[in-house]
Amino acid sequence: MITLAEGLRLPTNGLDYTILAIYFAVVLGIGFAAKRSVKTSLDFFLSGRSLPAWVTGLAFVAANLGATEILGMAANGAQYGAYTVHWYWIGAIPAMVFLGLVMMPFYYGSKVRSVPEFLLHRFGPSSHLLSSIIFAVSSVLIAGVNLYAMAIVLEALLGWPEWVAIVVAGFFVLAYITIGGLSSAIYNEVLQFFVILAALIPLTIVGLKRVGGWDGLTSSLTDSHGGDFLTAWGGTGIGESNPLGANWLTIVLGLGFVMSFGYWTTNFAEVQRALSAKNLSAAKRTPLIAAFPKIFIPLVVVVPGLIALVMEPSLGKTKDGLQYNDAIPVLMRDLLPNGVLGIAVTGLLAAFMAGMAANVSSFNTVFTNDIWAAYLKKGREDGYYLKTGRVVTAVGVLIGMGTAFIASSFSNIMNYLQTLFSFFNVPLFVVFIIGMFWKRTSAAAGFWGLLSGTVAAMVNYFWFYKQGIIAIPSDQGANFVSSIVAFVVGAVVMFVITLVTKPKSAESLAGLVYGTRSPGMEELPAEGDDAWYRKPALLGWGAVVLAALCYIPFSF
Amino acid sequence: MSDYQHEVEELERKSATAARLFDVRRIIGGLFVVYGVIVTIAGFTASDADLKKAQDININLWTGLGMLILGVLFLLWMKLRPAEAPAVEETGATDGPAD
Repeated sequence: MITLAEGLRLPTNGLDYTILAIYFAVVLGIGFAAKRSVKTSLDFFLSGRSLPAWVTGLAFVAANLGATEILGMAANGAQYGAYTVHWYWIGAIPAMVFLGLVMMPFYYGSKVRSVPEFLLHRFGPSSHLLSSIIFAVSSVLIAGVNLYAMAIVLEALLGWPEWVAIVVAGFFVLAYITIGGLSSAIYNEVLQFFVILAALIPLTIVGLKRVGGWDGLTSSLTDSHGGDFLTAWGGTGIGESNPLGANWLTIVLGLGFVMSFGYWTTNFAEVQRALSAKNLSAAKRTPLIAAFPKIFIPLVVVVPGLIALVMEPSLGKTKDGLQYNDAIPVLMRDLLPNGVLGIAVTGLLAAFMAGMAANVSSFNTVFTNDIWAAYLKKGREDGYYLKTGRVVTAVGVLIGMGTAFIASSFSNIMNYLQTLFSFFNVPLFVVFIIGMFWKRTSAAAGFWGLLSGTVAAMVNYFWFYKQGIIAIPSDQGANFVSSIVAFVVGAVVMFVITLVTKPKSAESLAGLVYGTRSPGMEELPAEGDDAWYRKPALLGWGAVVLAALCYIPFSF
Repeated sequence: MSDYQHEVEELERKSATAARLFDVRRIIGGLFVVYGVIVTIAGFTASDADLKKAQDININLWTGLGMLILGVLFLLWMKLRPAEAPAVEETGATDGPAD
């Protein structure tokens, strides 16, 4: 990557840096301004469960719209073509809708403060501790990935040495979350959402004009990559070959069902945004409001990846030349004049920081509530845990800086992240889904399902796939298969163990299992809003239908 | 209701976020107005090289105006629909309107 530094350097000037400096000032300002609202640990970790749905919804989508996602999905666009839309339309959308409509009443209604805490009440301490530790470790790992990715990008684009980028961004994230807590993280995410759009929309418009509009883009790519490159399903029959290295079955089951449901419904960095909403209706609407922008994000992320491929056909072809991850930086360099360029650099930096902040703000919550307060220092007063949360935030950021180097052995950052997710999130999803809908599921089944699923995914990926025992054409394809393996193994183990162990008592499961209510709550908690456009079912099904319609132009 | 749920309810009662957290619309509106003005000015003073680079679209001008409009809309929205005061029983003593 270092050899790219000169070639990708952006022609930034004082105007661009002014725009960037204003942003940094605002980020810190939000942190300080949010400080006065942090009185309890609940304010710090969950914004006091009091934010409106549009704020948590945009934060929900922005927490995922980190720069690794933006650069990674543009890279996937350039590498795999229109198949990349699967990550959005069959991947994210159904999972987000499922989270909002089906799972949120359990999460929000049971008043748990984190995803692992739900496991504590549903299953017991063993699965709780296991998932808390796995989540805490993976959060700092991923925060490290974000930092590392930012460092190489900033080095290439702005000429900042890697350590400067790591220290500066790490410091800002540390400062605004330590001071303002989750409110500060969420507000910055909402802001970042708009700034990154203000960067990507002009980039896409100018890029499309450069390659002769959508028609020019499709005809160039059809000439160079064949007709299937711009379809979503072409060549995905079982046994056929396509750039993605996956067939329709592994796409639908692996990516669409198992992997995406695992990520979107159990990843606390996402779910935390919904748990900070002000009532159940707002919590349910959080992922649903997020689904609508999510449907259209490929237009400004995947399309630029395709444009970059037309402008720089050498992309990803040689080891020393431009890589797929450089797709968006190439367009920024070649198409944006100073001014908008500053917005784009700011948006990218903001996206890096927001992605990292999402991991850090969920890490500190899980570590403080689910590890420290649950097992190490129980029963202290609230102020103690608030202070602990702030210290843990600082420690988390520092560890994240240290782990930044692990990411360097994978060329495509997205692959790395998804490899991790397929190991951690999928078994968690199995445990949740079975635990929520099958009352008999025992405490031991939760723990062993989680462990066996995680191990199975790792065995499949590192042994069967990497050692060539089974042939899968690409890392992505192997991720999909590993997810399915994790799901099946986890589910079978849970089923068998449940049959031979004692179920939990019905009282202890009230409000945690489908068809039950928390004692003391005659009704589910107040929904809050009755306006027709705020009905969760309408929003949810609307998003699913819209995503399905989006497939039409790419299916024939 | 179990212990942890009582604890969360207690914390929700003491929480200061609803009463004291500022309105994010002010930040979005303010930042986008400032950015909009800066970028629009860059659009008015765009050089020929800038225009050529952006495929003869005055992208600074259009982006700047777009950002300006978005910023003004957020400020207007805040003016017309100020944040509601949190319900009194939820917040106890601190029942002032959210800022």
